[in-house]
Amino acid sequence: MATQSLVGTKNRAGQVVTDPWKLMHEAERTPCFFTGSEVIKEAIRRANCDVMIAYPITPQSEAAALIGELFAEGFIGDYFRGESEFAVMSQCAGSAFGGARVFTTTAGPGTMRAMENFPMWAGARLPIQMIVTCRGINSPLSIQPDTLEISYLLNTGMLVWHAETAQDFYDWILKGYMVSEEPDVHLPLALCCDGFFVTHTKDVVNLTPADMCLPPYDPYRSPVPCMDMECPPVRMMRDPFVMKSNYISYATHASWQQEVWAAVERSRKHAIRWLDGLIEVDRPNAEILIVSSGTAVSQGREAQALLEEDGIEVGIVKIKTLRPWPEDEIREATKHAKHIIVPEFNVTGWLAKEIRASIPDADRVYAGPHVCGGMTMPPEVIAADIKKHLGIKAESLAGRGS
Amino acid sequence: MSTMYEVLPGPEHFLPPAAASMGIRLPDPGQAHIHGKIVNEDEAMEVAARQFLSAKVPTIFPGPLVLWAWNEKAAKKATAIRHLYETIKECVTPSQQAMLIPMPDYRPKYPKINPEIEINPNHPNLTIWHNKIDACMFVGVHCHQANLSLKIIRGGTYCYTIAMCAQAGHEDAMVSFRDATADKIMKLADWVKKLKGSVEPPKD
Repeated sequence: MATQSLVGTKNRAGQVVTDPWKLMHEAERTPCFFTGSEVIKEAIRRANCDVMIAYPITPQSEAAALIGELFAEGFIGDYFRGESEFAVMSQCAGSAFGGARVFTTTAGPGTMRAMENFPMWAGARLPIQMIVTCRGINSPLSIQPDTLEISYLLNTGMLVWHAETAQDFYDWILKGYMVSEEPDVHLPLALCCDGFFVTHTKDVVNLTPADMCLPPYDPYRSPVPCMDMECPPVRMMRDPFVMKSNYISYATHASWQQEVWAAVERSRKHAIRWLDGLIEVDRPNAEILIVSSGTAVSQGREAQALLEEDGIEVGIVKIKTLRPWPEDEIREATKHAKHIIVPEFNVTGWLAKEIRASIPDADRVYAGPHVCGGMTMPPEVIAADIKKHLGIKAESLAGRGS
Repeated sequence: MSTMYEVLPGPEHFLPPAAASMGIRLPDPGQAHIHGKIVNEDEAMEVAARQFLSAKVPTIFPGPLVLWAWNEKAAKKATAIRHLYETIKECVTPSQQAMLIPMPDYRPKYPKINPEIEINPNHPNLTIWHNKIDACMFVGVHCHQANLSLKIIRGGTYCYTIAMCAQAGHEDAMVSFRDATADKIMKLADWVKKLKGSVEPPKD
């Protein structure tokens, strides 16, 4: 493999190209106290990226600007601002078609504005990495944390991972490239986090050495020809598929779509290896389980501690990847649970719906508590909802101080 | 996903599923798969060689990655593929017809391709049907296009498919190798030679 043969050489910034498994699992780690945005910058510093394309939208603007500093320091091959999120995602596609390792960041309405590009990226098998720092998307305008936008990404054909902490974020940016660039996967990755809660708070994050980086992207391993103007996926608007009404065109397009989702399935094996499983389970034998993703998991852990003080044992299932969806893992993890609580930072409860569709006896799933529009989710609310669900009297938080 | 699904010759369905979506997993390095079951590579070599020897029209479909000498490896593979084809031709009976039909590119071609001289990933079934191909091997085809073709072939034909993939392999083939090299292709030719005469030729 060409990328492996470059291990030990230096890249444009003078960093040593390192075997990715050794970089992530064996290299010395240094604890640093950083915001999530700074962590994104530090991960990209080590990602050997060719192109980053930026457009300002809160709460990802800071990360996008910080990566501009990386460009000035010589760590990124090219960096520029698009005219809009739609333009950015289209320019990302062009860069990836040309064989570059591409990175971008977006959030909320930006994600929605650019949405047309995401199934196109997946259909074109472009392993672009996009950070999504989730925020509210609907009117009236809100820049505050809300994970509704993730639900729109779930059927694009992209890989969708949901980081809980800044440490997840750091590790998964680097590991994400390793999974999404596998030739049997070769799909874009939406690496999501809860905006502000992760991007704008500081945490201790263990970083790999700054003088070591990932091997470069090798476009010759792509499952589709790189920038061939005569063939789909680059040649999209001439005779193929869109212009023809016959069984062959339909069947080819149908098979093409199936192949994208087959690639999502194939990412399972690689994601399990790199992320140490698609889910993480704490106290699997508990009758009450909090199952969630993102920072709702952190709040669930706090609720777990509160309930323990009352003698109520609660387990936690942290879902790391939403696509591929860890159906088997969730079925196994929840098989003994009598009550499955799914706290979420969005109004529709899309995660609870996914879980209900995956397990037997779906009436065990309690969809909530939900907060949205930037509200925090105090652990006391989760604990109170669990107690209420169990028929135990709990104090109403809304009445505090009255 | 646990699975009972097997990747078998069709015609399977109006729109057959992608094998990966049915729980079929790709082999790890050193392995291969037969009908979706992970096996060691030698076992798959033997099955592939037997398929070539027992088919009426055993065919190799070389793709653009081996049709042009864009690097030294590609040129070596092309030589190995020609050797495999010649070996199959030598080892089959006069009633069998070995073929070598290229997939030179992936452009959708309308109204249709000439199935006597090429195969196209958008409608590979036309070439299979026209030439009555009952066993084939893909080699040097980009993975995405190979998967499309293999699935369409499984959907609409009875052809037995083999994939000699340079990357991670193909679940949509009935037999798949991974990390293909010129040596691996030569090894398959050796298997064909070794099994010559021990496999019953097809009955009319």
